[in-house]
Amino acid sequence: MPIITMREALNQAMREEMHRDENIFLMGEEVAAYQGAYKVSKGLLEEFGDRRVIDSPITELGFAGLGVGAAMVGLRPIIEFMTFNFSILATDQIINSAAKMLYMSGGQFKIPIVFRGPGGSAYQVSSQHSQALESWYANFPGLKVVMPSTPADAKGLLKSAIRDDDPVIFIEQERMYGNKGEVPEDAEFTVPLGVADVKREGSDATIVARSLMVPIALKAAEELEKQGVSVEVVDPRTIRPLDIETIVNSVKKTNRVVVAEESHAFCGVGAEISAQITEHAFDYLDAPVKRISAADAPMPYAKNLEKLAIPDVERLIAAVREVAYLD
Amino acid sequence: MKITPMKPRSQTAQASTTGVAAATEVTDQINPEELRREHDQRRNEQQERIEEIDRETLLRLLYQMILIRRFEEKSAEAYTLGKIGGFCHLYIGQEAVAVGALGALRPDDYVLTSYRDHGHIIAKGTSPDEVMAELYGKAGGCSAGKGGSMHLFDSSVNFLGGHGIVGGQIPLATGVAFAAKYRGTDQVTLCFFGEAAVNQGAFHESLNMAQLWKLPCIYICENNQYGMGTSLERAMSLQDVSQKAPAYNMAGEFVDGMDVLAVYEATKHAVARAREESLPTLIEVRTYRFMGHSMSDPGNYRTRAEIEKHQERDPIKVFTQNLKEKNIVDDSAIADMEKRAREEVERAVQFAESSPEPAPEKLFTDIYANPLSR
Repeated sequence: MPIITMREALNQAMREEMHRDENIFLMGEEVAAYQGAYKVSKGLLEEFGDRRVIDSPITELGFAGLGVGAAMVGLRPIIEFMTFNFSILATDQIINSAAKMLYMSGGQFKIPIVFRGPGGSAYQVSSQHSQALESWYANFPGLKVVMPSTPADAKGLLKSAIRDDDPVIFIEQERMYGNKGEVPEDAEFTVPLGVADVKREGSDATIVARSLMVPIALKAAEELEKQGVSVEVVDPRTIRPLDIETIVNSVKKTNRVVVAEESHAFCGVGAEISAQITEHAFDYLDAPVKRISAADAPMPYAKNLEKLAIPDVERLIAAVREVAYLD
Repeated sequence: MKITPMKPRSQTAQASTTGVAAATEVTDQINPEELRREHDQRRNEQQERIEEIDRETLLRLLYQMILIRRFEEKSAEAYTLGKIGGFCHLYIGQEAVAVGALGALRPDDYVLTSYRDHGHIIAKGTSPDEVMAELYGKAGGCSAGKGGSMHLFDSSVNFLGGHGIVGGQIPLATGVAFAAKYRGTDQVTLCFFGEAAVNQGAFHESLNMAQLWKLPCIYICENNQYGMGTSLERAMSLQDVSQKAPAYNMAGEFVDGMDVLAVYEATKHAVARAREESLPTLIEVRTYRFMGHSMSDPGNYRTRAEIEKHQERDPIKVFTQNLKEKNIVDDSAIADMEKRAREEVERAVQFAESSPEPAPEKLFTDIYANPLSR
């Protein structure tokens, strides 16, 4: 199986799907002539032409809404946000239009659209360019929220998202575009939405991690293995709908759980996962659920402060040792 | 035929810079002589237009306006009785805009509008039965009882809402027009919004894209001169909305919204431009709502005299009078139309009354088109 980057995997997903379905178009800032701010759409303009790969003005509310309108009448837009930070400008169309159209029209207008782009922290871009917004979007029924952590998942999940008939928020991680992994070449390879993946099996504690936190959790698990602690890493991959069953099954096996996330803890996805674990597996827990989240502060610029703001291997190791009462 | 633009407001009265009191003063300054001259001119213009349009179209436009007026009166009544809940924005006074504009469309063209949408969906061809049932929150409603007054939808006539956020429908309509062009159909999209929506970024962003990409979308600003309780003068630095079109290099028109045929004609030109050249148009239609912003609005921000001034040019009254003077209709034909409209609305009420409430399990349907099992 070829080893490619997450960036290339996403590119393959869009290319294959655009070949399959003429109704798919890609629109966003710098997606065409510039080849994508992060080069995810590299080569697509040359392959599909400017009818289907469209550079938009810097007008997030406008082109997000344009996408939703096009989806109302049967097109299948992929709307790229240069980063999800800029999607904040488009939330009216994502939340008030895309998420609710099917419902408030009594089932008449489905919105098959993907809003995708990088989210989370990059490197030293400070507060406005380093936000993990999944808890915002996951709050709304009508939206699906997907966060891949490997190139193969990125490709398979994006293809599923494009084929899905509902609005999907597809958050890639800015620091992970260069991450490499084995990715199937089969044009029919997909990863279903709403299904978690056990990235590493273990028996002593579970780390529930998504996106950037998955490789960090795997590294922590490796280190903990050396210390005699067997850690299971569960990646929900889709935040909404959440595969709580797989998470709960893991907790029932390990009885200890750490939820790792790059977003803020308060009202966050980790809080939701913790609450659901408590609801479904309270009697199986040998320790309170532990959350490891981003610092409860805007992202700073200074390198040393930024490092402190994002959960790292050391903090995850300490958290697992804490729930295992090892120290 | 030429469209004589009414004098845009800012040329007839200087915008107030001192707030509410001054603005009210300006609107109350009615010079009876000037007003009569203007009314005479408008009457003559409509009568000229009548000569150029076939009788069947004229009667259809009149009937639709009467039907919408009676429908809205009945909605107000039902709201007062507690049969209709939530927000209910009536279209009384503005009927000429939706009826005139939609009269210029083909059935497969698309329409989107704001929450003041009862008139538009009826003019697009949805049965008043389904519209009234929706206002009643019944299963037989055009949105299955899930949208209500502000979110009317009917895919069978390409009526795409009914949108509750001021200006939210403008990017959507732009996307619908984009899709038509993408697919190479010659369908046109009509997007209605109030003048208050013009102050939203969504308006600016959409018109910029529409002209940039030459999308077949017609933006119809129903300038009823109030954004809820805030007058145009207090909310907009440049009050001539049609004058904003040049900022996007777009064609702009200014139309008398109390003349259904002026709206019809201006829209026809814009439709031709959209269908044949794939170009957008911004049409400002100067109109006036006779009722409050919604049913819960006491209307303290404007005077009785101001409302009455506009009611003198009630679009249904004016059109009926002109059709009579041109011998297109007589009193008995009008009476017959009134009777038909009342009966149609009465049937709609009966339908709404007898339609069942949505089943409880409908709370959780239509959230996802592809619900996932987990």
